Amino acid sequence: MSAASWAVEKRPTLVKVGRWVGWIGIIAVGLYLPQAFPPFRVGQFNTIMAYGLAALGLALLTGFNGQISIGHGAFFGIGAYTTVIIVGDHPEFPWLATTAVGALLAFAVGIVVGLPALRIRGLYLGVVTLALALLFRQALEKYSDLTGGSQGRGVPRGQKFSAPDWTGLANDQWRYYVIFVIVVGCLVLSRNIVKSRMGRAAVAIRDNETAAEVLGVNVARTKVLMFGVSAMLAGIGGSLLVIGSPIPRVSANSFTIVLSITFLVALVVGGATSILGPIIGAAFVVLLPEVVPHEQQVLTPVILGAVLIALMLVAPDGVVGLSRRSASWAWRMLARAADTGPDTGLETGDSSKEQLQLDSRES
Amino acid sequence: MSDAVRPGPTVLSVRDLVVTYGAATALHGISFEVHQGEVVTIIGGNGAGKTTTLRTVSGVSEVIQKSTGEITFREQRIDGMPAHRIAKMGLAHIPEGRRVFPQLSVAENLELGSFRRRGDRAAVAEDLADMYRRFPVLAERKEQYAGLLSGGEQQMLAIARGLMAGPSFLVMDEPSLGLAPLIVNQMFEIIQQLAADSGVTILLVEQVATKALAVADYAYVLESGAITAHGPAGELAADPLVKKAYLGG
Ligand SMILES: Nc1ncnc2c1ncn2[C@@H]1O[C@H](COP(=O)(O)OP(=O)(O)OP(=O)(O)O)[C@@H](O)[C@H]1O
Ligand SMILES: [Mg+2]
Repeated sequence: MSAASWAVEKRPTLVKVGRWVGWIGIIAVGLYLPQAFPPFRVGQFNTIMAYGLAALGLALLTGFNGQISIGHGAFFGIGAYTTVIIVGDHPEFPWLATTAVGALLAFAVGIVVGLPALRIRGLYLGVVTLALALLFRQALEKYSDLTGGSQGRGVPRGQKFSAPDWTGLANDQWRYYVIFVIVVGCLVLSRNIVKSRMGRAAVAIRDNETAAEVLGVNVARTKVLMFGVSAMLAGIGGSLLVIGSPIPRVSANSFTIVLSITFLVALVVGGATSILGPIIGAAFVVLLPEVVPHEQQVLTPVILGAVLIALMLVAPDGVVGLSRRSASWAWRMLARAADTGPDTGLETGDSSKEQLQLDSRES
Repeated sequence: MSDAVRPGPTVLSVRDLVVTYGAATALHGISFEVHQGEVVTIIGGNGAGKTTTLRTVSGVSEVIQKSTGEITFREQRIDGMPAHRIAKMGLAHIPEGRRVFPQLSVAENLELGSFRRRGDRAAVAEDLADMYRRFPVLAERKEQYAGLLSGGEQQMLAIARGLMAGPSFLVMDEPSLGLAPLIVNQMFEIIQQLAADSGVTILLVEQVATKALAVADYAYVLESGAITAHGPAGELAADPLVKKAYLGG
């Protein structure tokens, strides 16, 4: 038996093993990063992970449930402000407990926003969530005693999330590792949600709401819950953004509509129907300004836009979708080489079928 | 049309159902009944209101907001009740036009069919095996995306998915739509088999009236949102007016 036919025959096992190796590799690299990079870079990685959670929330909402939000910056902001305000006013309060509070608050607001989303959809839902983002900004200005308005607000001098002595880690490394663990936890949680009964129901609603409801799916409850969970992930991300920064500070100017759109870009770049894609997309939006020459930063949004359009054309399912399709193409080639191809009959080069290969379940 | 005595107790009773889409009234106060163990068919042409009728009965949210009238299922009023609660009462709806979930596998589609049957694992597994026996093509394509199935296979999947709910009452919206004649015959054989073997009560809506009348016990004719004739399916099939309008002669 040739190597190719062996591989084709063992495909399911190999794919499974490959996935595990991939995850372990990612975690290993993730753990190694702060050892290899200076604090300033590590801070950027923290931002990537924080943004990644917001984009992950959007993936659950949009990619897996077909709802849309152009207002996730607000949920992200809720998490960030919760942490800054609580830690600022009550220095004795543990930082990570504020993350939990922020998560719950974002979840609750997400549920409230999800309710009208039951009656409206598509473009209209986009507009409503857009209004949320604008309203959030207004509220920050209006209650500037609490939030610091556009001046911003930090935590008292010397207050920061710093490494306990026993760890032997520098502060930036400690922050990174704490965030890393939480983010991996959120990834696992999201994956489990997608694989769960509720996740299946969510995908069914996305594909065909009427068919889902007559099968006994409680459409209203599923959609609202998905909105809540999605908002919660964004809230956790916001709180982690504060925790991960050497000078924790928030200001109304950093929670504009642009932030919400940045999350959407991260989602599209990474792939809306994947769990890991949003993190990759977040890395892209955070690191892009790095590769644009300093005196030409005005170009950054233009490049973002161009990349977005290019992606829509070549990989509407994002980086992860693209790699999934490449993998499935590679398997086909292998099967052809092996000339046993149990699935060659089903996976022909037909492009309409190709589209359907877009997996909605796995990352 | 003779008002023949119908067997068993009434399972579904619809009274004065009116559905209005904006300015257009799709159903002008129709009434009909389905009795325990019957196969009842509603026949009618395009736009007669068949799908609207079934969707209202099943509680599809988009339609129930636009409807008035009294619907009783198993002695309980269900008009205005959300679809998922009606589904829980044992009513399964197989929607028009092979509404499978294209990006889920065949197996996952079937799994969603049993969505309401938690804690019933053994029975679900048994039903699943039964579906794969009844529809061998689905067993062959288990892991394939439902969207890649042929039209006829998708319709089989839609039916199997509906049956996975373990329904006592099955609502079918034009199962023959867009299928080749051979497959249509198969489909009706399956329906007949279902009624005979598993004792489910079936409400079937069709344009292919000959077939529908052949498998049904009782039939209603729906024209432009009103019921214009009803009676035992055999009698209706012999009725000259029905023959002329729906049976091509
Ligand atoms: N969602 C809707 N909004 C507006 N009008 C609708 C809607 N659904 C159906 N209609 C109208 O209501 C009438 C009845 O439609 P329905 O789908 O119930 O017919 P049908 O008997 O199922 O037809 P077919 O055999 O073609 O499926 C039609 O005139 C149709 O245009
Ligand atoms: Mg119809």
